[in-house]
This record gives sequence, C-alpha cells and structure tokens, in this order.
Amino acid sequence: MNSSTTEPVVRARNVYKAFGKRPDEIVRRIKDGADREDVKDLGTAAVIDASFDVQPGEVFVVMGLSGSGKSTLIRMVNGLLPATAGSIEVGGEDIARLSANELRRVRREKVSMVFQHFALLPHRTVGQNAAYALEVQGLNRSDRERKAEEALQMVGLDGWGGSMPDELSGGMRQRVGLARALAAGTDVMLMDEAFSALDPLIRREMQDQLVELQEQLGKTILFITHDLNEAMRLGDRIAMMRDGRTVQIGTSEQILNDPANDYVAQFVQDVDRTRVLTAGAIMEPPVAVLGTEQGPRTAHKLMREHQTSVLAVVDRGKKLHGFVHEAAVAAAVSQGANTLEGLLQPAPSVHAETPLAELMTQAAQSEAGLAVIDDAGRLEGIIARVTLLNALAEPKYTGHDASEEVGTR
Amino acid sequence: MITTAQETEGAGVPRLNVGEWIETGFGWVNDNLGALFDLIRTVVSTLTSGLDDLLNTPDALLLAVAFSLLGWLVKDWKLGLLSIVMLVFVISIDQWENAMTTLALVAVAAGIALVIAIPLGIWAARSDRVSGAIRPVMDLMQTMPAFVWLVPVVTLFSIGVTSGVVATIIFALPPGVRFTELGIRGVDPEVVEAGHAFGSTPGQILLRIQLPLALKTIMAGVNQVIMLALSMAVIAGLVGAGGLGGEVMRAIGSLDIGLAFEAGLAVVVLAIYLDRVTSAIGHGGMAVGRMSKLLRRGRPRRSPEPAATKAA
Repeated sequence: MNSSTTEPVVRARNVYKAFGKRPDEIVRRIKDGADREDVKDLGTAAVIDASFDVQPGEVFVVMGLSGSGKSTLIRMVNGLLPATAGSIEVGGEDIARLSANELRRVRREKVSMVFQHFALLPHRTVGQNAAYALEVQGLNRSDRERKAEEALQMVGLDGWGGSMPDELSGGMRQRVGLARALAAGTDVMLMDEAFSALDPLIRREMQDQLVELQEQLGKTILFITHDLNEAMRLGDRIAMMRDGRTVQIGTSEQILNDPANDYVAQFVQDVDRTRVLTAGAIMEPPVAVLGTEQGPRTAHKLMREHQTSVLAVVDRGKKLHGFVHEAAVAAAVSQGANTLEGLLQPAPSVHAETPLAELMTQAAQSEAGLAVIDDAGRLEGIIARVTLLNALAEPKYTGHDASEEVGTR
Repeated sequence: MITTAQETEGAGVPRLNVGEWIETGFGWVNDNLGALFDLIRTVVSTLTSGLDDLLNTPDALLLAVAFSLLGWLVKDWKLGLLSIVMLVFVISIDQWENAMTTLALVAVAAGIALVIAIPLGIWAARSDRVSGAIRPVMDLMQTMPAFVWLVPVVTLFSIGVTSGVVATIIFALPPGVRFTELGIRGVDPEVVEAGHAFGSTPGQILLRIQLPLALKTIMAGVNQVIMLALSMAVIAGLVGAGGLGGEVMRAIGSLDIGLAFEAGLAVVVLAIYLDRVTSAIGHGGMAVGRMSKLLRRGRPRRSPEPAATKAA
C-alpha cells in the first residue's frame, strides 16, 4: 500500500450534507449531538462528519446499504452536490470554494465518473460517447477520435466505435462508460455503483478487468458499492457507511477481523472469508526450524521441546527444503543416523498472497500444515490446519480488542 | 341599461366590470404601443403574403408532386401515394389556391409560435418558478374559446391576415411550451448528471444532451402546434384572413353547402398531410434512418451486425 508520506489526492474533512429547507440548521443540531432521527422533520442528514484521505493510486471503496449516504458522499467529491459543511479537496483544490467555471475545469482535468446505469448518450455512437469528455475539453476531432479509440481498446471494445449503445449488452455498455472516464485522462475516477446493474458473471468479469486496468494505470479510484464482496475484491481500503456516518475505515482484513461495531460484524458475516483472507494474513511464524546441517537428534530434541510432530527444514539463507516428521526422526535416532538424509519430506508450500480458498485442498492432504514461502523459496511462516480453521470462524464484535482473539498473528 | 350593469343575479354581489377594464387595458395598449403593433403587422403580413405568393407561383400539380415526394422521403411510398391522391383531389375541387393561402398562414403562425414556445419551454424546464408562472397563462390561452381571441386581436391589428395569424399563434402556442418542458424534464437525470460530471457548460448540456434526447417529445409538440394552428386558421377566416377559412365563411353567409364541404374537405386534406409528415419527422424512424444510411454509405463502418446478435 501507499506510504503515508505522500499527499492524498482526495482529502475530506468533517464533511456534512443535509437536504431540506434549512440544511445549516440540521448540521448545527447534529453537531450539537442530535441524531439523524431527531432532525427528520427538518430534512435528511445524508452525510454526517465524513473525514478520509485517498492516496494516489489507491482504490478506496465506500461501502454501505442504500440510504447510507454513499452516493451523496461521492457526488460531493466532484461538486455535483455541494457540501453543507466541511471541506473536500481534490488535488489540493477546495471544491466548495471554486466558482462554477473553476469547478467545470476540475471536472474536466481531474475527476471523471462512471455511473450505475451507464448514462451513455443514446443518440451517439460508442466512439462519440467515449470521446465525450474530450469533446467538452475542446480537443480537435482527430485527437479525440484517436484517444477514444485507445480507451475503447483498453476496455476490450476496439472496433465497436461505430456501433450505437443500444446495440451493446449491459456489460459492454458499462465498458463504454469506463472508456469514457479513462479517455478523459483524469487522475481521479469516481465509480458510483458502477457494476451493480450487471448480472453476477459480467460483474466478476468487470471487476477483474478493473483490477487489471488499475495495475497498468494506477488511477486513484473512489468506488461506491453495496456489495461487500465487491468491496473486498477491489478495495485497498474500505469505508463502511451507515446512516450517513462512516463507521469504519480500514483494509478488508481489518474490517473482517476487527469489526468496529456490531453493525460491521453483522455485515461481514456473509462475506466469503476464504476469498478475502490470504495465506500471509493468517500464517504464524514457525515455532522452530531445523537447519539442513543439523541431525535427527537435534530434531528430536526440538520436537520434544516445542511439542510438535513436524519441523520445517531450512538452510542458512532461510530457503525451505522440506518437512521432517516425528516418526521418521525417531526411527533415525534409534538407528544412530547423523544426517537428515532420507528423512526430508517435500513441504506443501504456498505464497503469502494466495487466498484461503486455494489452500483447502493442499491443507486437507497435508497433516503437517502448509509452509508459506516467498518468491525466492524462503520460509515466511507456517499455517497449521487449526490456524486455517480458526481463520474461517466468524469473528464476533466483543469489545475494543477483538483483534487480539481473532487475528491470530 | 345602467341599472342592469350594476345588478347581478346573486343579491348583494356587486357587478365587477371586468369586461370594461380589459377593454380599457386594450385601449391603452393600442394608444401607447401603436407603433409596435404596426411593426408586427408589417412583418407578419409581409411574411404571410410572401409565402402565399411563393406557394401559388409554381403550377399546382408540380407543387403537389413535390409535397408527395417529401411525404415519401420522410416516411414511405404509402404516404407519398396518399399525399398525391389527396392533393390532386384538392386541385380538382378548385381549392388549391385557397389551400396554399391557408398553408402559408399556418406556416407563419406555427413558425412564430414555435420560435416563442420552444425557448419558453426550455426556460420553464430549468426553473420551477417560471414553470409555475407560465402554467396558468397557458391554461388561459388554451381554454379561452378560440373566437374570443379574435376580438382584441382585431382591435389591435384591424381586420386582415395579421389578426388571423396572431390569434392563431395565441391559440397554438401552449402545446409547444408544454411538450418542450415535458421533454427536457423527462431526460434521464443520470445522463444529464454525466454531462455535468465531465465538466460540460449549461449550454453544452442543453444542446448536446437535453435537446437531442427530448427531440421526440418536442416534435410531438411541434405536431400539436401545427394541428392547432390549422384548426384556428379556419376560424381566422372570420377576421378576413382569407384562404380556406374565408371560403367557409363565404359559404356560411350564402348557405352554400357545396362550397362549405369543398373547403372543409380541403382543410381535412391539409390536416392529414401535415399531421403525417410532421409526426413521421418526429418519430425519426425512416427519415433519420434513410438519411444516415445515405451518409454512412461512403464511410466504412465496423461490425454492427455481431453487436446486434450479441446484444440479443
């Protein structure tokens, strides 16, 4: 993830948004401690005291159910809705202080947007739609046609420029919406429930494509969704919203393993934890390791000391060579052997970023557990079967230090 | 006479001299803004008679063929065939010249009505306050019996074609405003929001998003304006606007059933022709399809067919 020393691209500080005849009054009352329900007669407090930073290149997901204020929040970032109180800066410019003209400049140069229902212009071709932002920017025709074609190519729609939007399927239409935002060439992209209107298979495909594109382009993305699985798949960090308030901001692991309150805990209980958690997140440092040059006696001693039946064997460079099992070690000791030769068993090994779902089969076959190694084959940690089972159990919000019990580091 | 003016059927309810006030108002307007009305009269009568002359210059049959070709171009050969049959019928009952005079009056009145109505509709779509202010005025214009408009109009513009055109404009204007407002307000708000999100100016949003997407509805309004203008143009015959309306009035005066029906049928033919042609343009279907096909033929266009099958 990004280091904290970089300047955030989007910076929100104590942002409020209220709808109604007297929004300022609503905000004042809420600041004085009133609840969202208390001010219902005056209007709706859509967003209450939101503060967050989005770092360059980060995918920041705002997650919440309908009515939680997430769509309102994202619309304040590009000024489609003005904030009632607080400040939002994009690339160092305070959105609330800009004139209408300057705001349009920011929208052209810094922030583009992808919409839930695509919002394509039905009377224009796919190519013209993709070029819309460039047209508004005042680019000449040949340049914008070239750039729009490039953007269409990025989303896998090369050659479709001459078609009309209604000739395309939903997934393809949203690719046009994505191409339109990419063609604009802005650093920040707002995606408002961008994949929610698509059916599940297409949605997965689009998510994969976004992850792929993001690896190449490194945009700063604010992604809105009500689908927690989607949030976990895409988000570097996730802001959970409820009734206008941000209840927790953190990585998907933090939210899964250390829910800030009952609401979040309930929310995450349906998440497929095996696809979100990775081997690296649950592995434990090996209790003891055996050097390749050491013998069966040392192994036997270590096993007795640590009450384990398996040891990982590494060389001086920490490179993993395999496992030794208690039975084999005991036999070797009684035969008076001095080396580990013939005792080493191949260790089932995985990488730190492998999701738990992909560990299951291997774990089932290996009584000794799994070794987590890096690219060079060096041992990073061990996942015992019991650790794996523990990680799959749902955490309950038990108070402030839930992480101590569940995180099992 | 004076006493009856002061008493009403309901005991104790005073007689409001609304009629007198309005008359005074029109009198004041006439006295003080006479120059403006003279200008309007000159412009409108020049336009109308100019168009009238233009339509009556070429041979009737030639023009009828031209109109039929237009019908074929905007829709299909069936409309072309229907048009030629109907228009030749008008020539054969010797009402062509009057029909063209009425067409000129309708064209000028509907044209001016649209020039006023569409911007007004756009304005009303953007501001709830304007919309609220315009609505009762539109109701008044539409529900007031058509003949009533003839009276003040004649006092301002005197007998003649201008009075006919102005009364027609008043009567035909409202649907133009209403359909335009409805069309623009009906544009998918997310698409308009997308326009804003990419930094479009209000003008760009209007011209590139709202008007194109509202076009169908606005064209339905244009169709309504033209049809109302035609129905009013006949009534305008009462104030000396001439054309088919004048013929109908003449027929009423002399109880000439034959002439009345001949002129009436010519109005019907005009109405059918104008309705079919304008609604065909409004629906865009064949006209736009045919024209864009002609335009695209020159340029290579990649793979629309697999797109259609994939979408299905």
